[in-house]
Amino acid sequence: MTERAALRWVSRPGAVREDRRFVTGHGRYVADITPPGTLHVGLVTSPHAHARITGIDAEAALALDGVVAVLTGEELAKETDPLRQYLDLPDVHWRPLAVDVARYAGEWVAAVVATSRAVAEDGAELVSVDYDPLPVVLDPEAALRPGAPTVHTGHGTNVLAHREFSWGDVAGDVARADGTTQVRVRWNRNSTVPIETFGVVADWDEHRQLLDVWASIQMPQFPDQLASALRIPGNQVRVHFDVDVGGSYGVKRGIKHGVLAGYLARQLHAPVKLIEDRAENMHGGDFHGPDRIFDIALSYTADGVFTSIRIDVVDDEGAYPGRSPLQLAKPIGAIVGPYRVPSAVYHATAVTTNKTGQVAVRGFGQAPTNYAIESAVDAVARELGMDRFEIRRRNFVAPDEFPYRIPSGTEYDSGDYPAVLDKAVTLADLPALERRRDELRGAGKLAGIGVATCLEPGGGNAIFENIMNPANDKTTFPEACRLRVDGSGAVVAVVSISSAGQSHDTMVATLLGEELGRDPATVTVLRADSLSGMPSQSPVGSRMTIVLGEAIRAAATDLKDRLLRVGAHNLGVPVADVDYVDGDVVVRADSERRLRWGEIVAIAHRKQHLMPDGVEPGLEVVHVAHTPRSGGLTAPDGTVQLYPCFSFETHLVLASIDPDTGVVDLDRYYLAHDCGTVVNPEVVRGMVYGGTAHGIGVALYEQFAYDDAGQPLTQSFMDYLLPSTHEIPDIADDEHCTPSPFTTFGQKGAGEAGYMGAPAAVASAVNDALAASGVAPVMSLPMKPSDVWAAINRTTEGNS
Amino acid sequence: MGTRHRVQLTVNGERRSGDTAGRTSLADFLRDTLGLTGTHLGCEHGVCGACTVLLDGSPVRSCILLAAQADGHDVRTIEGVSPPGGPLSPVQEAFCETHAMQCGFCTSGMVLASEALLATTPHPDDAEIDEALGGNICRCTGYVQIREAVRVAAARTADDERVVVRD
Ligand code: FES
Ligand code: FES
Repeated sequence: MTERAALRWVSRPGAVREDRRFVTGHGRYVADITPPGTLHVGLVTSPHAHARITGIDAEAALALDGVVAVLTGEELAKETDPLRQYLDLPDVHWRPLAVDVARYAGEWVAAVVATSRAVAEDGAELVSVDYDPLPVVLDPEAALRPGAPTVHTGHGTNVLAHREFSWGDVAGDVARADGTTQVRVRWNRNSTVPIETFGVVADWDEHRQLLDVWASIQMPQFPDQLASALRIPGNQVRVHFDVDVGGSYGVKRGIKHGVLAGYLARQLHAPVKLIEDRAENMHGGDFHGPDRIFDIALSYTADGVFTSIRIDVVDDEGAYPGRSPLQLAKPIGAIVGPYRVPSAVYHATAVTTNKTGQVAVRGFGQAPTNYAIESAVDAVARELGMDRFEIRRRNFVAPDEFPYRIPSGTEYDSGDYPAVLDKAVTLADLPALERRRDELRGAGKLAGIGVATCLEPGGGNAIFENIMNPANDKTTFPEACRLRVDGSGAVVAVVSISSAGQSHDTMVATLLGEELGRDPATVTVLRADSLSGMPSQSPVGSRMTIVLGEAIRAAATDLKDRLLRVGAHNLGVPVADVDYVDGDVVVRADSERRLRWGEIVAIAHRKQHLMPDGVEPGLEVVHVAHTPRSGGLTAPDGTVQLYPCFSFETHLVLASIDPDTGVVDLDRYYLAHDCGTVVNPEVVRGMVYGGTAHGIGVALYEQFAYDDAGQPLTQSFMDYLLPSTHEIPDIADDEHCTPSPFTTFGQKGAGEAGYMGAPAAVASAVNDALAASGVAPVMSLPMKPSDVWAAINRTTEGNS
Repeated sequence: MGTRHRVQLTVNGERRSGDTAGRTSLADFLRDTLGLTGTHLGCEHGVCGACTVLLDGSPVRSCILLAAQADGHDVRTIEGVSPPGGPLSPVQEAFCETHAMQCGFCTSGMVLASEALLATTPHPDDAEIDEALGGNICRCTGYVQIREAVRVAAARTADDERVVVRD
């Protein structure tokens, strides 16, 4: 790890190079890509939550001027394979278009292809489908009961996965506790709902035998899965990564969209474009997030020292599991939060119901788990009458205990939790915040202060696949960077990922500039496509600064090594006697003797007679890096090293509640955040604010609701409420830095920042307000005005 | 389908015209007929503000306005906020300076809504900023840096005005 004081570009304020194209309207999103002759897809969706498809009549649609084709699920299934799942579920088939049975309202049943999107949508309305409705199962706990209707009949049960773990001396730790507090919390169904819906354009070149794909994706292995579902070789699918993705936060997987468009493009010999409309995105895209019921038991001594934790979780995956059940495994790597808890039990159950399928969401299951843990911590504080700050301080892993191994076997890399909490308390001026709370109370409001102290595991590896399904022995999740110094000495860095707002160009240029001692502004960053590029897993799991940072370091080291060899050879000294200094190769004993960057470049590109033996001409290197600390499988005792780095955040929020309406207003919002060495301060604070706002939405407003028949009640932005400037207060953030020992500059992950703690903090604030008025806490998110109002009035009625 | 209309309007200072179906939205006309893809579509039902353009200087949602309704009007899209390749507007400059975006998808609408605000209210207070941007949803940023950008742009404009006053 490089000393931070010596950093010239990393951590310094610096322009974000992506921004200029966005403020002028020159981003290039998938909807902006329309090759000549493009055909458009309209979707026919199931109006039933569960029904057998008995007939599809496409005649009227096909008669419509401009409609080119209508494709049914049965036809598609004949020539494609089911979409990849990560559990062994041979009788659960996930396909782009339903075959025989539709399993949720909004599921795609047929696709209409036409010369314009408007005509395709008209055509979709003309397709008539006959259904025999089947019994629906919506409640995940009801789905577990014997006799419940089954979503996938061949599978025989609605349980998709059930895993049990016990780490440490649970019985002993529970026995020595003075008390155990049990809480049940509900994290309802929501998602990240990016402002850009999912889109894909596919174009099959018959002569080159190549499928070109532009998509708004953030997904590991998208090209491979596309090829395999389409039954064509991987080297015939070229996914372009130079597409701006209009927000994702985990969900933009779109494999079924890609398979559908790719199949149609091959059949119709024309470019095919599928851009979801908002309703399709919210209900047909299989883009819902975790939907969980937690039962937590937290054991503690009379002094408020935690001794053991037990977490039972049921997750409603919806109709098709895809990658979503793996989200139950990632939290194992931070199962005790930032607290010293010597033992833990974790029972995780994935259930299928007649709802839209679930997909990866920001944090991959960590934010709901953090909310559950923090709810239990607050409940213990209430039980003991102990200050919520004090109980946290008493249980924090101490700064001198790192690396700290938690019971589940994962080591936390570094941290200073008390210092970060102190920073938040100072930033908020806690006494002033308490005065403000009292003022609000004096004015007739209910008011409360929320606190949450949460971890963000960063540097995503894929070991959760092995935890949930031991048959899956994937242990690396690499990332790569190619460097090229051209004949004029200009530097190009190539990566093969698409970005959804994470400012990766800026990050790559900054890290590389620092490695090479060259101004990042002079570095061009390019995106290779999936065939000309290198292995990459896409920017998931807060991993790019960490894993791509490692690849950049290693590639830069290879490059510098080559420059040193050329330099030493021409300076007539052994390689051991020269140093690389900002592009030049310098004799250590005599800094006047040097070979300059331009001279070395000229030799490497054009002067074989001056090259040392064994050095390749040109200056081109590529490095593929493992994730730090990956490589091991889950041990037989269920212990495992999950992610390598652990960022930490403390939220402090003041909530005010109108007792007559139950409406919650966030009056003040503060947080302190530690993601180790910050690469770009503007980018990091943006991530922190944005994740916090997303978490506020989850805590107070957002839910995909269903009626008893499984009909979605949230069909548009009129009823799925994304927070606006009216709901999000000015958020103040203070950064702390505990560098990670496992990364190139001490950086940790930040892509899920804010979201890790905001739901827990807002819940804590609302419940603090309620508790002060003798109202029982609300243990379910979102805390809608009706929920808060009902809680207040239940108590009032009970008292009267 | 249905009727077709010949639409003539001024877009970013240029006279533009095109044939369009009666049901075509202004957003689709700008994007598909005129190739101005800086106008983005987030919801197509008038809530998110991603499609905001200025119609005769006022922000409108081009997804729920028909192209035919814009006939004869003056439309400014994000592509017309500053000259191609030329200096950015103070609002665009401030958005870059404060990094008031991440994915950029809402940014066109945010910039135009901010331009419209500062054109009518050069010194907005925080409540006025929140009100003016309240119909533009950003999922990425949490709005903090967007508010900063508007404040920075307003302060710049205010400084320029002081210079003008002294002249
Ligand atoms: S796209 Fe027009 S308001 Fe959302
Ligand atoms: S920058 Fe992504 S939605 Fe605003």
